[in-house]
Amino acid sequence: MMSRTMTGAKMVVQALKDQGVEVVFGYPGGAVLPIYDEIFQQNEIRHILVRHEQGAVHMAEGYARSTGKPGVVLVTSGPGATNAVTGLTDALLDSIPLVVLSGQVPTFMIGTDGFQEADTIGITRPCTKHNWLVKDTDKLADTIHQAFHVATSGRPGPVLIDIPKDVQFATGTYIQAREARTAHYQPKVKGDLDAITRLVELIETAERPVFYTGGGVINSGVGASQLLRELVDATGFPITSTLMGLGAYPASGKSWLGMLGMHGLYEANLAMHGCDLMINIGARFDDRITGRIADFSPRSKKAHIDIDPSSINKVIPVDIPIVGDVGHVLEDLLKVWKARGRKVNKDGLARWWTQIEEWKARKCLTYKPSDTAIKPQYALERLEALTRGRDRYITTEVGQHQMWAAQFLHFDAPNRWMTSGGLGTMGYGLPASIGVQIAHPDALVINVAGEASWLMNMQEMGTAMQFRAPVKQFILNNERLGMVRQWQQLLHGERYSHSWSESLPDFVKLAEAFGCKGIRCEDPAKLDDAIQEMLDYDGPVIFDCLVERHENCFPMIPSGKPHNEMLLGDASTEGAIQAGGAVLV
Amino acid sequence: MSALNIKKGSSSHSAYDLRDPHSQVVETHTLAVLVDNEAGVLARVIGLFSGRGYNIESLTVAEVDHKGHRSRITVVTRGTPSVIEQIKAQLGRLVPVHEVHDLTVDGPSVERELGLLKVVASGDKRIESLRLAEIFRASVVDSTLESFVFEITGTPDKIDAFADLMRPLGLAEVARTGVAALSRGFA
Ligand SMILES: Cc1ncc(C[n+]2csc(CCOP(=O)(O)OP(=O)(O)O)c2C)c(N)n1
Ligand SMILES: [Mg+2]
Repeated sequence: MMSRTMTGAKMVVQALKDQGVEVVFGYPGGAVLPIYDEIFQQNEIRHILVRHEQGAVHMAEGYARSTGKPGVVLVTSGPGATNAVTGLTDALLDSIPLVVLSGQVPTFMIGTDGFQEADTIGITRPCTKHNWLVKDTDKLADTIHQAFHVATSGRPGPVLIDIPKDVQFATGTYIQAREARTAHYQPKVKGDLDAITRLVELIETAERPVFYTGGGVINSGVGASQLLRELVDATGFPITSTLMGLGAYPASGKSWLGMLGMHGLYEANLAMHGCDLMINIGARFDDRITGRIADFSPRSKKAHIDIDPSSINKVIPVDIPIVGDVGHVLEDLLKVWKARGRKVNKDGLARWWTQIEEWKARKCLTYKPSDTAIKPQYALERLEALTRGRDRYITTEVGQHQMWAAQFLHFDAPNRWMTSGGLGTMGYGLPASIGVQIAHPDALVINVAGEASWLMNMQEMGTAMQFRAPVKQFILNNERLGMVRQWQQLLHGERYSHSWSESLPDFVKLAEAFGCKGIRCEDPAKLDDAIQEMLDYDGPVIFDCLVERHENCFPMIPSGKPHNEMLLGDASTEGAIQAGGAVLV
Repeated sequence: MSALNIKKGSSSHSAYDLRDPHSQVVETHTLAVLVDNEAGVLARVIGLFSGRGYNIESLTVAEVDHKGHRSRITVVTRGTPSVIEQIKAQLGRLVPVHEVHDLTVDGPSVERELGLLKVVASGDKRIESLRLAEIFRASVVDSTLESFVFEITGTPDKIDAFADLMRPLGLAEVARTGVAALSRGFA
């Protein structure tokens, strides 16, 4: 029988073990030294020493999104905690479960502007789902267990526990997870059966239905993705997904329309615009999805399944709100639909698919091929072809390359696609790829990057080297802040203010400096061999793929426009964004 | 915490179910929020309002269950029906929040606020202020030869009206508690 009296620092490690934590991403400093001392004296929990605390949080996000388990981060007080803020905000917007532990100056110094004191609780209050300052060692274990409960229950999100140094040194009584206080936070998971039945009635008669799915399906777990597949295949309804939900329904599935939204596929956006029944499953009507609100899917009845009541009617008023966990609701929905005879409107559906096939025939992802320059789309098509069939995990940075990756790479399973959706954080992809690789040491993990984003957290290559994470950094190098340049072209009279990547490093030499492999390719004819070389190399690779510099990402729904006013690749872009849309981000 | 001029109509009982949820009409609602009385809970609620651009017309907070460490926050806020619904949903999402009641739509409720008003006056004005205080059932809680401090309890409107009358008589300072509210009956 384990002694229940121990120091706060020991409690931290004990509680993490009891929560099943295998990996902690962290960086030491004065205010967390007692915890680091405990980490030193054990072997069960692996500690990954990052190079910057932002990297630690994105790694934990990559870990969490690829495993479904919460990611754990340990940082020191002051600058350690403030460096974690971007990652926390990223995780909050994308609903990623994280438990971040920060050190704090001792309780008797709080408020004195002590060395490395920051009001971590105040700073992180708006960027966490919840946070706690623990002032009493006796409450520490209870708080850590609660933190895991809150991070992973309901709509997942990041939480932070601020632990003053004297609390780490003092002794107190440890309690087990099952003794911790969790009863006060029990979000509802079962959906209302009447509402589910009303949705089934609409499913039975709809002529032009569409499933619009999001990250909530992935967060609900692998079982939810399975149920979604069953429902989509049994009804034969078309399905599209947000950036966050890719992989929940397989891209190889016959009902798949591709991603929707600002850079979504023509057929997906037109199906959303023209449908008569929209079934939103775990998505949140984000502005990248809706375009101009007043013209959003004007003729449809809308159902919305979401575990967070505040997501419902926030942006788009819906006819059938269903508050509950996607997995639970889909299970009930399938039961009710089957019990009532598995009805759908076959004739209507056939006409709807005919219409959709017409839209598909528009082949909206077509781009002008080139023998002299590597088109970014081509690079991704080749990456897709050369990695098909492998258990492959993709992370991205933020920009044009991210949207092309979402368009040209195909995901057949959930938890294989990690990208910063809500916050759009440049610098996310490299650390996230390391977090994924730590969780899946034998898998193929590729970060599809832009050169500008990649530089934002490139110090983490040191982490990849130290912990032998053979992540592949596939940089689509257009020597431009491409997405910014595209907007300047469309919106600001081609005045390219500060959207160049000047003074770029030599990425191959940079790779050598880190001790990993560097590859450069600028010839489309040599691209396959170069990609194969990257895939075959047993270790981290920085791949500098020099691509066409001024390629634009299409389709594009300019800000403030409705779905049916999409720009396609061959369209004139002059005056595409009008004054009203220009104020939007 | 309360604004000096609390807007009228904060306790109107609109027939909520008949309201158009997409209406752009701005309504005033009184919300009762039951929370764990833990450090920072008030900052969380206030941060939610400021961060998401909601209005706070009045806000009061006090522990109401010492054993259970529960506090009751009463917020008077304004917004369109959909904004009010968002505010309630966002409050409900905070981890230390146990219950959110919209007293404006849940049925009849009583609202009270306490005000302390200092009136500096002599002669007729001094006498008149005392006379009006009697009509408003305000009581004198401090007096000198040149001043009174009146204590008045009532709806925000009543306190507004009393303050308006005292102004020409020498109103020097006002302190108000903000609204406390409960539903009527035993619902
Ligand atoms: C931290 C951060 N700063 C600024 C931005 C705004 N931004 C969005 S995309 C982009 C350019 C990204 O350039 P790059 O990584 O090279 O990708 P590309 O668009 O060229 O593919 C910028 C600056 C952002 N999303 N994140
Ligand atoms: Mg670029």
